[in-house]
Amino acid sequence: MSVEIRTKGVKPLSNSFGHLQRRFGDKPATRYQEATYDIQSTANFHYKPLWDPAREMFDARRTAVMMKDWYQLKDPRQFYYGNYTTTRARQQDAIDRTLDFVEKRDLLRSLSQDIRERIVHTIVPLRHYEWGANTNSAHVSAYGYGTAITSPAMMNTADRLGMAQHISRIGLLVDGNSGDSLLAAQALWTGHADWQPLRREVERMFVTRDWFEVFVAQLLVADALVYPLFFQQIDAAIAGASGSALSSLSDALMRWYEETAKWIDAVIKTAAAESPENKALLSGWTVTWRNRLLPALVPIAQRALGNKAEDALAAAAAALDARAAKLGLTV
Amino acid sequence: MAAEGNAKPAKKLSLKENYALLTRGLGWEPSYEKKEDIFRYIHFEGVKIHDWDKWEDPFRLTMDAYWKYQGEKERKLYAIVDAFQQHNGQFNVTDARYVQALKVFINGITELEYDSHRGFNILAREFPGVGPRIAAQMQSLDELRHATTQIHTISQYAKYFTGMNEFPYQFDRVWYLSIPKSFFEDAVTSGPFEFIVAISFAFEYVLTNLAFMPWMSGAAFNGDMATVSFGFSAQSDEARHMTLGIEVIKFLLEQDPGNVPLVQKWIDKWFWRGYRLLSLLATMMDYMLPKRVMAWNEAWEIYYEQNGGALFADLARYGIKPPKRAPETIAEKGHVAHQMWSVFYANRDAVGFQMWLPSDEEMAWMSEKYPDTFDQYYRPRYEYWKAQEAAGTPFRNTTLPQLCQVCQWPCLFTESGDPTTLSLRESEYRGQTFHMCSDGCKDIFDDTPEKYVHAWLPVHQIYQGNCFLPGVDPTAPDFNPMVEALRYMGIKPGVDGGDFKGSADATNWEKWTSRPANIHEGAYTDAVRDTASPADVGARKAG
Ligand SMILES: [Fe+2]
Ligand SMILES: [Fe+2]
Repeated sequence: MSVEIRTKGVKPLSNSFGHLQRRFGDKPATRYQEATYDIQSTANFHYKPLWDPAREMFDARRTAVMMKDWYQLKDPRQFYYGNYTTTRARQQDAIDRTLDFVEKRDLLRSLSQDIRERIVHTIVPLRHYEWGANTNSAHVSAYGYGTAITSPAMMNTADRLGMAQHISRIGLLVDGNSGDSLLAAQALWTGHADWQPLRREVERMFVTRDWFEVFVAQLLVADALVYPLFFQQIDAAIAGASGSALSSLSDALMRWYEETAKWIDAVIKTAAAESPENKALLSGWTVTWRNRLLPALVPIAQRALGNKAEDALAAAAAALDARAAKLGLTV
Repeated sequence: MAAEGNAKPAKKLSLKENYALLTRGLGWEPSYEKKEDIFRYIHFEGVKIHDWDKWEDPFRLTMDAYWKYQGEKERKLYAIVDAFQQHNGQFNVTDARYVQALKVFINGITELEYDSHRGFNILAREFPGVGPRIAAQMQSLDELRHATTQIHTISQYAKYFTGMNEFPYQFDRVWYLSIPKSFFEDAVTSGPFEFIVAISFAFEYVLTNLAFMPWMSGAAFNGDMATVSFGFSAQSDEARHMTLGIEVIKFLLEQDPGNVPLVQKWIDKWFWRGYRLLSLLATMMDYMLPKRVMAWNEAWEIYYEQNGGALFADLARYGIKPPKRAPETIAEKGHVAHQMWSVFYANRDAVGFQMWLPSDEEMAWMSEKYPDTFDQYYRPRYEYWKAQEAAGTPFRNTTLPQLCQVCQWPCLFTESGDPTTLSLRESEYRGQTFHMCSDGCKDIFDDTPEKYVHAWLPVHQIYQGNCFLPGVDPTAPDFNPMVEALRYMGIKPGVDGGDFKGSADATNWEKWTSRPANIHEGAYTDAVRDTASPADVGARKAG
């Protein structure tokens, strides 16, 4: 049953919510705009948080970065929950076909023991790096200010769990689902000298309180060094010795990294352009964390790439510096 | 071909094994930084957790499964929302009074979803265990979904009806919206364990069905396909959240006997706070739905007295007792809806939705549903107000009511067992007197006065001159504090609130749909050419 209405003369009173009209004029809004702009509470908070009594529940002062309007930090992907989940679901369908292909043909299990050990030693421990990134990204969304930044940070948090599980699946494809590679990778991450400097920096991020600094450390700097190093350079070295089975699985990680970088870049560029103070802060954090993370990656890079490690790290660092400069930072 | 020594086929994993492998080992014991510097908020409440690995993850969803499952639900939901918008589904609801209930929803509830998203996000960062962190992350995302889908569906109504266009602004400022706002801010500003007991257990597990079932059936009965769709789509999320609620309680109670009194205190507190919040639904169910589903007292009997009774019988083995103030909720169930509606009606010039007095047909229904209370206490009041309306001297309150320091409702409730005496309580703290609506709220205040003295009580704030827009001069000769306070709150007097009859919503509704804006009263305007009786309208629509 549907009720007949006179459609003649039915004109909306307005085309979008008042807060969107004030930003964009009285025209139909996109779903991203509706779900994002001005959604977080900004005023008249009731209680002092027991866990942070000097500040409000939502408080812009949890970072030293200052924005006149936090909704300038928009996500060029225009993700809201609906298009985020459907996008990831569609990408996962493609990833599942690859996983299935690799599993059915035993492509990773049939690699030589030496190559399998290299994958377990140099790739699978990154599941813990991703879990650390999950923690750090959750820190950004939990203490950030304004839906424009915290909503994509929440999605990034979920992404990092997804990446951790994708890398774990690579381990299971190597060990035939015994889980031995995952145990070995955890022992490497927590105990092997190759991984300790990186774990040290990940743990340092865990105690960094300024959420924007965590954003820079994890999402701009650490990821910009780790992803190209492991999923391009080390992946290529393994492929050179054993074919492209692993690359077919790391490809999804690189694609995700490139997609996410668009969001990171937009955030950094806008925040840096806001004021010389922001620019100085963001530049300083970028340099500090680059100078910590680069040496932290040396032992594992040398293990994986031998005498090519230095060039590989230098290339990743140069790409990061160039990217940062393009975003308006001085590094 | 598998290499030498690797020839056995790969092991097949059950879902549970797969989940465990992909999840459990992700965390590690930090050694470069101290654990208490990484997870800083889990000690101050006094809860003792000896083994985070004892947490039984209730969802057992890997991230890829979550994306696919939720993505599929979103595809279906947005297909319906698109169709709803294309076909002007907002005009398919019973009448324009139903839309007033949606105003309460978008202005008062949607931001709670958002606050819930934030609260679970904090847990997703601060719990040391991988299992509870993942559960909290997924719920945080789900709550973001709920806020988002509500905005996307109700936005279509907001284009055609008044009072829905400023929901984030009003949530932070409108006097009665501090009831929901303070509720959720109370939870999020608590410690992580209190938050999860408050929201996952007391709210989601004990009380959510009470909100969900009448609300969704009400939407379905009244032709609101948009709300029905997002509601039912959210239901499977809710099922997960309820499971989390019960798992949390069992986990806390099993970890340490010292946790029992803390959990009990939080159950007592949050049951009462949740009850006060949800009784807003009582007005919706009994007064705002043109086609009613069930009365508030019936819902309370089914969803609390019966279901809650069974639950607390089950928890007795842990030493947990039913909520301390449950008897008051039962004693009040015949009164709350009528008392609340009366206060909203009296203050209708200061609210963001339009008000009406119940029709004869509706009062007959209430007499039947509330045989012990309605005719005795409330019918005479409504009949008196109707007579005043008819005489052209309608009753209206010109001062704002005294609010409860804890729940922030006006102190409108009566003593249990004495419906003619207002229930008023007070406490002294640091030489100041604070007012509460009930023993339940006084318990809460007295336990943590240092928290509740910071409550942002809108009526106090208005009278202290804190609720005016920049540039307003309180010393100007024509200064009117109520008018200025309404402007500050984003309420357009005579447009958003006031009397339903004669309102823009009622008039536009009749012009646009040719149907009465109030099915119980026939047409207000001659835009309704066929002024058939409500029964005929129903028959015509069915035919
Ligand atoms: Fe929700
Ligand atoms: Fe109260």
